[in-house]
Amino acid sequence: MKPLLEMKDIVIEGCTGESWDPIIKGLNLTLTKGEVLGLIGESGAGKSTLGLASMAYTRQGCRIASGSIVFDGQELFGAPEPEVRAIRGARIAYVAQSAAASFNPAHRLIRQYTEGPVQHGLMSTAEAEKKAVATYEQLLLPDPENIGYRFPHQVSGGQLQRAMVAMAMSCQPDIIIFDEPTTALDVTTQIEVLAAIKEITRRFNTAAIYITHDLAVVAQLADRIMVLRYGELVEENNAREMLENPRETYTRDLLAVRSFQKRKNLKAPDDVVLKIESVTAGYTGDDNVLESIDLEIRRGRTVALVGESGSGKSTLARVITGLLPPNQGRVIFKGKQLPAALKARKRKDLQRLQMIYQMPDTALNPRQKIRKIIGRPLKFYFNQNRKQQQRRILELLEQVELPAEYIDRYPTELSGGEKQRICIARALAAEPDLIICDEVTSALDQLVAEGILKLLLSLQRKLLVSYLFITHDLATVKAISDEIVVMLQGRIVEKGPKQKVLKPPHHAYTDRLLSSVPEMDPDWLDTLLQERAGRARGADIHPSVA
Amino acid sequence: MMQLHKPNSIAALVVKRIGLGVVTLLVISLLIFAGVEALPGDLAQAVLGHSATPETVAAFRKELKLDLPAHERYVAWLGAFVKGDFGNSLANRRPVAELIGWRFANTIFLAAATALIAVPVAVVLGILAALYRNTLFDRLISMATLSTISFPEFFVAYILIALLSVQMAVFPSIANVNAQMNLWQKFYAIFLPCLTLALVVIAHMMRQTRAAIINILSSPFIEMANLKGLRRLRVVVQHAFPNALSPVINVIALNLAYLVVGVVIVEVVFVYPGLGQLLVDSVSKRDIPVVQASGLIFAATYVLLNLLADVLSIVSNPRLRNPR
Repeated sequence: MKPLLEMKDIVIEGCTGESWDPIIKGLNLTLTKGEVLGLIGESGAGKSTLGLASMAYTRQGCRIASGSIVFDGQELFGAPEPEVRAIRGARIAYVAQSAAASFNPAHRLIRQYTEGPVQHGLMSTAEAEKKAVATYEQLLLPDPENIGYRFPHQVSGGQLQRAMVAMAMSCQPDIIIFDEPTTALDVTTQIEVLAAIKEITRRFNTAAIYITHDLAVVAQLADRIMVLRYGELVEENNAREMLENPRETYTRDLLAVRSFQKRKNLKAPDDVVLKIESVTAGYTGDDNVLESIDLEIRRGRTVALVGESGSGKSTLARVITGLLPPNQGRVIFKGKQLPAALKARKRKDLQRLQMIYQMPDTALNPRQKIRKIIGRPLKFYFNQNRKQQQRRILELLEQVELPAEYIDRYPTELSGGEKQRICIARALAAEPDLIICDEVTSALDQLVAEGILKLLLSLQRKLLVSYLFITHDLATVKAISDEIVVMLQGRIVEKGPKQKVLKPPHHAYTDRLLSSVPEMDPDWLDTLLQERAGRARGADIHPSVA
Repeated sequence: MMQLHKPNSIAALVVKRIGLGVVTLLVISLLIFAGVEALPGDLAQAVLGHSATPETVAAFRKELKLDLPAHERYVAWLGAFVKGDFGNSLANRRPVAELIGWRFANTIFLAAATALIAVPVAVVLGILAALYRNTLFDRLISMATLSTISFPEFFVAYILIALLSVQMAVFPSIANVNAQMNLWQKFYAIFLPCLTLALVVIAHMMRQTRAAIINILSSPFIEMANLKGLRRLRVVVQHAFPNALSPVINVIALNLAYLVVGVVIVEVVFVYPGLGQLLVDSVSKRDIPVVQASGLIFAATYVLLNLLADVLSIVSNPRLRNPR
């Protein structure tokens, strides 16, 4: 069969200030009608750049240097602007990672849907609006008749992402580029979007390029997978074959990323470090974001706090750190009640409770050298002099497995994973009893994240520090926790040792959360959706079961 | 305390802004009063001249209530001002309101006429400059507007007079308007001051519009609009511009305020009978009631325009206009 899209010897260069350096180094890509191709790789692999190049588009600071992009017999590379524009949106459409950022905040959803077909001269506005409602309905958006008349900020993240899939379908394109369309979503929401994408590409026999860093996600959708690294092809194969038997080590690493587990820490003593007693808190007077939370963290243990965005996880962290004084309840640290407000806490209280954040980029002052960043807590809490600081910083750098010469570098000279290691070192500098880790791996690539998790575990074994690990990623939870606390809408719905929480029977919500984590099995999504549909039908017959 | 609840947050924000505006005006009235108070020398002596007898000076002080303490005079002045009684001019004993009224109308007329030309021109040029960013066209506009803003306005005014009323003799160099003239005659009369002011304010507004749009152009939703295959003009006008409104509105308001309160020099150059001209005259004549009243009117205009800008930029934000 003649390919729908054929990209040959694509070289894309990025401007680094002085010179043009290749980002994509001579890649080939073909796509036939109705085929779904998965592009896999970590950040910087060039997945998005290659995906966008299929529309003869590059982001600012990049350019397609050479190669050919033939779509349906038409060469797009070097084609005049109007010709390329006629293809974009109408025959090749794009779905971006963040729907919240990719919808124009000033226009209603339906106006953004109809804009494409109307501007490409395919339909009248009235026809396009009718079709919009039909597409919203196919994608199971609530209230399809009216949801289009909302503004982007008025619908939820998952709905917005589906609205963007709908928008991409507006001209019934031959190809859709999905650029990490579920990465920013909770697992339970991710399922809805994945199901919508699968349904729509199947129904209209649309070809797709699905870009992601998550092999398990792409396994559900792709017929064929290309693994990219540093702008080069690592491996390309039929999806099932690649999952069953990856040829390259890098692919195997990606596949194995979720398999490690924490060894049980037997020698850890049992004394309670942090105890939270019936804490109720909220930001405005009447709405409580947290309702009567009880929680205990023991020495040298990891408690994972799981829940979707908006479940109150980070709010609880704010209560513990004193940033948000609770309306009711107590925070007890090593048997002593902590003052509710940060300002009332003593330096000693602050020192024993440290925090690591989600975004290492924003958590480190870009104008300070590592020496100053790690040195500050040493000066602040222990009043160490320069010499003592130097010795301790080198020790800490060794602990987080970074070379000693990093002491005189700026954060911008480090990679994302290395920056997060600096954040860990900064937290350790205070010699805390408890570290609150707020989504510390969710901004990192999977292999890098795995390295960070392993580091945190080995530090725990050595230093007997406790972690409160806030995350929405259940794979992380399985890997590192001793105990799991599941939160939903500001309440704890289930808690206990990991083995107990992960083993059925679960609370209904825990079950939903656990079953939503994509597995490497290519049939996982279909099976799950069938199961859920079956259960929903069962629930209709016996309403009491639900 | 008044509790401002979320649902009608726009109304709440607007009320808050208006409250702040009133407070600002109050502070300004105090500053104006204190400033006048701080003028050196004795007011009665200065107005009446050296030949005045001590009795006339004393009588004059009594008449102006200068013998009362400052805070009492301030309260009395402000109270009367709020009721619309601006007092009488010291120079010719006529009510200040009568002196100011028609001149203020003239100033507003000049400002409005300028705004009518300058704002659309600036916004359109800004959009075009953003659309053709880094092309020759963009650089030409930048250079032209920058050079007009770099010259002092009286210089621009005299250049225009030299060119258009002396060399070519198409427009009058003295912008004299009166009640007998019809609208077109008035427009013709104020053409040169209008052009001068427009040249000065266009650059600022145009550059802000360009910068605001270019800032928005790097947003993901602009990339999305491009990938939908839309025309560049449509992307800039329909997608970027509505999201760039807030900074544009603010800079327009600042420039409009400047057109009202900052035109003194231009009014003097073109002998235009506006409020700025009156203020300059009154300061040199020590006509305190007129100075105070004009100062407060200028301040009120400034505060009002900025208030309007705040409200408009709140309204231009769809998140605030359409709460969840």
